[in-house]
Amino acid sequence: MAAVMSDHAHGAHHGPTGVMRWITTTNHKDIGTMYLVFSFIMFLSGGVMALTIRAELFQPGLQVVRPEFFNQLTTMHGLVMVFGAIMPAFVGFANWQIPMMIGASDMAFARMNNWSFWLLPPAALLLIGSFFVPGGATAAGWTLYAPLSVQMGMGMDMAIFAIHIMGLSSIMGAINIVVTILNMRAPGMTMMKMPLFCWTWLITAYLLIAVMPVLAGAVTMVLADRHFGTSFFSAAGGGDPVMYQHIFWFFGHPEVYIMILPAFGIISQIIPTFSRKPLFGYASMVYATASIAILSFSVWAHHMFTTGMPAAGQLFFMYATMLIAVPTGVKVFNWVATMWRGSMTFEPPMLFAVGFIFVFTMGGFTGLICAIAPIDIQVQDTYYVVAHFHYVLVAGSLFALFAGAYYWLPKWTGHMPDERIGKVHFWCSLVFFNVTFFPMHFLGLAGMPRRIPDYALQFADFNMLASIGAFGFGLSQLIFLYAVVKCVRGGEKAAARAWEGAEGLEWTVPSPAPHHTFEEAPVVR
Amino acid sequence: MSLAGRHAVAVSLALASPAVLAQSRYNLQPPATGIAAQIYDMHTLMLLICLLIFVIVFGVMFWAVVHHRKSKGAVAAHFHENTAVEIAWTVIPILILLGMAWPATKTVLEMKDTRDPDITIKATGYQWKWGYDYLQGEGQGIRFVSNLSTPREQVDGKSAKGEHYLVEVDHPVVVPVGKKVRVLTTAADVIHSWWLPAFGVKQDAIPGFIRDSWFRADKEGVYRGNCAELCGKDHGFMPIEVHVVSQQAYSKWVADQQAETAAAASAGAREWGLAELVEHGAKVFATNCVACHQADGKGLPPAFPPLDGSKVVLGEAAGQIAVVLNGRPGTPMAAFGKLLSDADIAAVITYTRNTWSNKTGEAIQPSQIAAARGK
Repeated sequence: MAAVMSDHAHGAHHGPTGVMRWITTTNHKDIGTMYLVFSFIMFLSGGVMALTIRAELFQPGLQVVRPEFFNQLTTMHGLVMVFGAIMPAFVGFANWQIPMMIGASDMAFARMNNWSFWLLPPAALLLIGSFFVPGGATAAGWTLYAPLSVQMGMGMDMAIFAIHIMGLSSIMGAINIVVTILNMRAPGMTMMKMPLFCWTWLITAYLLIAVMPVLAGAVTMVLADRHFGTSFFSAAGGGDPVMYQHIFWFFGHPEVYIMILPAFGIISQIIPTFSRKPLFGYASMVYATASIAILSFSVWAHHMFTTGMPAAGQLFFMYATMLIAVPTGVKVFNWVATMWRGSMTFEPPMLFAVGFIFVFTMGGFTGLICAIAPIDIQVQDTYYVVAHFHYVLVAGSLFALFAGAYYWLPKWTGHMPDERIGKVHFWCSLVFFNVTFFPMHFLGLAGMPRRIPDYALQFADFNMLASIGAFGFGLSQLIFLYAVVKCVRGGEKAAARAWEGAEGLEWTVPSPAPHHTFEEAPVVR
Repeated sequence: MSLAGRHAVAVSLALASPAVLAQSRYNLQPPATGIAAQIYDMHTLMLLICLLIFVIVFGVMFWAVVHHRKSKGAVAAHFHENTAVEIAWTVIPILILLGMAWPATKTVLEMKDTRDPDITIKATGYQWKWGYDYLQGEGQGIRFVSNLSTPREQVDGKSAKGEHYLVEVDHPVVVPVGKKVRVLTTAADVIHSWWLPAFGVKQDAIPGFIRDSWFRADKEGVYRGNCAELCGKDHGFMPIEVHVVSQQAYSKWVADQQAETAAAASAGAREWGLAELVEHGAKVFATNCVACHQADGKGLPPAFPPLDGSKVVLGEAAGQIAVVLNGRPGTPMAAFGKLLSDADIAAVITYTRNTWSNKTGEAIQPSQIAAARGK
């Protein structure tokens, strides 16, 4: 890679070279790069699974895969995208950017950082490898609901161990981020002067530390029910299958915010840069992020309105969930106010950021509709929910990741990303995303359940449209790969401050960022 | 629903053509119960409020995108906070949310009120079919199993797909119009979910627990739904079909069902011939067993074991009878003793013992099943 070669050219890198460099590295930039490459590989793997699903759903009837394999695909698509693609990608951004943004020389625990990353490839091998064991991968849905998950073959055990390992990696990464942010800020950088990306990641890291052990507990109990004769989730032995769902979603709902809060942070860096105007309502952004994080612990059972909670339970979780719309709304209003009377330009990072606000907000609105318990009872476990969470996870998290990648690529590689290719990537992604997922709202409202390999005839036309969109969207991501490879290999030289309106410490170091930055802390006034 | 809500719904109904509503390709299915109608209206109202906010917020954003561009000579302002505005856009959404929560709360309370039903039906989820027991009210004592009736050839594309592809069953639920029907849900193996969109009912069926919901259908007709909770391989192939009929038609249906039950009892009492058992067993196998054990008897190992050449099938009859009656806990093999009559079980066991390469020549009699049930 050019970044690597130029590091050598600067003569700033010491230590082993070749593969050993990557295995033994404790440098936050190297580790960040490995996280990003890993997550992109997982993104493509999960994408292939999604396209196989869409190929099967192109027409009614069973043509491409059998139902049992279809269920493995939907399950693994979810697990791979959540734990393999989105979460590690944000950790990659954190590794690259947080030390540079707060003026630290590296992450607080550099060696643990290496270990956090190198736990991931074995976990991924366990997860993907489970397709090839007898019985195949787990087919219980990414939520792994008991007792269905208790019925699965050994692929389920491999998924459980993969989740344990990835959880360990996430917790170590989160501790590293918390300690780095709290202890290693440059003199003068008070908490309320910190870039918003660092704030959102700080709060995300606390969420990770709080909930990853909960998930580990849930899947360990499934493991015990499967092999050690316990009955946590079996009524026959005094357990309760619904308890699994409570424990899972106590993790699962904060997990949703783990995947979106860093995205909010990235967008909050990009919008001011390309509006050439400071972020509107910085303090309220911080408070809104914290409110979302705190509220996220008291809304989990809105995923379970159809399990048959008492009315008081349904009402509590409905009200609490609706409340989340308030801080989320504040964020959207703040971004729009930042753009208002700015001096905007629309390079690829800004396009993806504006696209993010536009499409993510649609997902926010459907989220509000799903929060209303009686409506949720109609749309729960239908394609409406599939549309909803892809609007917030693809158009939300993924678009923010693309925005961030185009934004910081000049700092990482020393070259400006090709603007034309970036724009093509954006418009293809935006159009095909909506062609894929917008019709799913209609499918869900009209009554198509999710996780089915075959469907009634009235759903045929929208499914065909969604499948066409999905292949368009999938192929569009190869444009991104091309744009990144091209940027790494060469292109217009990037200045230290690569974007005209960019503010922050990372833009004070040369592009590409030398192997070691801020060995002496800068002073922030 | 509030006055404003009714108003908004009326506006939306005027905007949308009735044809679109009837087809319901873009919207919730046409409601057939009061609850479903409330949900339908609430969804329309919410959608309109969201659309309004959407238009305002993105009207502002795109106005800025078009006008506040550097290429148009826009110079950036420097404001970055405004306490009054920030308080306003925190408080106003809270008020809007309160307005939304009010009708929703009333509907939640109504949905939860399952008191004083005219008829109570228990729906039991099995991998992958529904069993129904009429527990109370007219028709008490009726019980049957409801399987997908779409032929497998249609799924595999070997024949043209029918109008109700995948949403038709061999034995639909029948209820009288205008009566409050309480549905108890439970399951035998994993979690299922009994969902009928037109009734606004979706209630998870949880193994080992009983949950309940209710509906009062306003209009006669055939209503179709699906299992809504992932329950394994054939989750997409266990539909729900409910026929809402007049009181007279319902009474007649009840009488017919009771006559059928009596006929089944006498079938269990007599001695059957081998050919007769195999012939009937083939039908029972095709309805209940083929999804897992497959038409060729090879199963789908390791999850679904083969019957062709199986030690259980070729061993002592008592062993196989016990497995079919009681199932295998922890696997998808259900306890068919609760689902099928003695004659059906005797026939299907005889069929498996005399098909494919299995040639025991044994005829298992309904009386043997009846005897085994006692153990």
